[in-house]
Amino acid sequence: MSTIPADLRFATSHEWARLEADGSVTVGISDHAQEALGDVVFIELPEVGKVLAAGQEAGVVESVKAASDIYAPIGGEVIAINEALADSPESVNSDPYGSWFFKLQPSDVSELDKLLDAAAYKSTADVEA
Amino acid sequence: MGLRTPLYGLHLALGAKMVDFGGWDMPLHYGSQVEEHHQVRRDCGVFDVSHMTVVDVSGSQAKAYLQHLLANDVERLDIPGKALYSGMLNQQAGVIDDSIVYLTATPELPDSYRLVVNAATRDKDLAWMRQQSSAFAVELNERADLAMLAVQGPQARAKVAELVTQARAALIHELQPLQGLPEGDWFIARSGYTGEDGLEIMLPAEQSLAFLNDLVGAGIPPIGLGARDTLRLEAGMNLYGQDMDEQVSPLAANMSWTVAWEPASRDFIGRAELERQQKAGASAKLVGLVLEERGVLRAHQVVRVAGVGEGEITSGSFSPTLGKAIALARVPAATAERAEVEIRGKWYPVRVVQPSFVRHGRALI
Repeated sequence: MSTIPADLRFATSHEWARLEADGSVTVGISDHAQEALGDVVFIELPEVGKVLAAGQEAGVVESVKAASDIYAPIGGEVIAINEALADSPESVNSDPYGSWFFKLQPSDVSELDKLLDAAAYKSTADVEA
Repeated sequence: MGLRTPLYGLHLALGAKMVDFGGWDMPLHYGSQVEEHHQVRRDCGVFDVSHMTVVDVSGSQAKAYLQHLLANDVERLDIPGKALYSGMLNQQAGVIDDSIVYLTATPELPDSYRLVVNAATRDKDLAWMRQQSSAFAVELNERADLAMLAVQGPQARAKVAELVTQARAALIHELQPLQGLPEGDWFIARSGYTGEDGLEIMLPAEQSLAFLNDLVGAGIPPIGLGARDTLRLEAGMNLYGQDMDEQVSPLAANMSWTVAWEPASRDFIGRAELERQQKAGASAKLVGLVLEERGVLRAHQVVRVAGVGEGEITSGSFSPTLGKAIALARVPAATAERAEVEIRGKWYPVRVVQPSFVRHGRALI
């Protein structure tokens, strides 16, 4: 059963986003996403400085089973990436909400409101399945 | 809903994530396929392979029939229980399927064999085998009444021997690699698809649930198809439908060693075309690839050998044992020591190696 922290927002493509105190937004993939992918072995992250639009391809998660694109849940500039994932990609499986992928400086923070809250994400059909 | 083995309910109870495999609902993993992979390399684990098709071949011309049907020669099976791996070819020398054949001769039934073929190809295999059997005094008997469990890993034989009757334990200790013999209503073979020592046990379907429970209860965990695929890939074993099919010659699928050319008089299906290809010189071959950088090789990625030409990955994945991506790829026969693979529009350098990466827990590359 997926556990979903209440302070996160979710894209229907299974990324989570968290607004930080400094105005940046941290992005990762949901517990449901890691469970569907299985053992994660490689993560391709965007370059720092890259400007992404909401829904734009931001990187790739490769599990033993398959490769899956990850998308920017909101638009913004990439200001940090989690380098530690290169050496321990499996942490995405063990701690999906602690294993962030990248941080964005949002171009329009109100885009967060278009994302699902925890309860709405949980009730989407493929998360319940 | 797909086809189910007799163990379907137990897989669910053990927490399996189920997937479709050739029309069968089979366990992909029971939590972590990487952990299951390591478990088999380091200790042992059990796979439900009851979906595979078992066909008994008997009759006064069973040997002659199989010598016609298969590219390998069952004449090589000189002691009871001995087995061999063979392709079953069409007239164009494409691979209809691959199989393991056991000599199951007894004094009462001296001409009898057991074939194990793939699940996804069952219907076409049986149709082809029946069609080819019309000229021979032979009987084909599909054994849908049997379940099959594969216990694989360095501790497999020792651990299974502790859980079965004395007679079966004795047989497990005596079996040579690639030999299988009956004991009561079980058929126990020392074979597998992982590159480790181990057993494949065929037993009446109604006994399989209790036996799998015994195995799991004794600390032999269940292993899913996910780990089965990475284990066989590390071992450099072909997967039918991926690494070869009816469009591919065994000579281009690392199966030359399974073609018995002698005696020249043996007229097996596909022989004429294979001889023509052999004379012309093979144009393509199956090699191993190792990606030294981070990333994962996948089936159908394009392989480029500088100055030689292009090929394609037929099976690729992350190797849990080696900690890097490996693949089987069909490339021009002239190949080189290095090549490049295109992953999402970028070219990555790979090493070209013999298509066998790990055996008995050890890296070969």
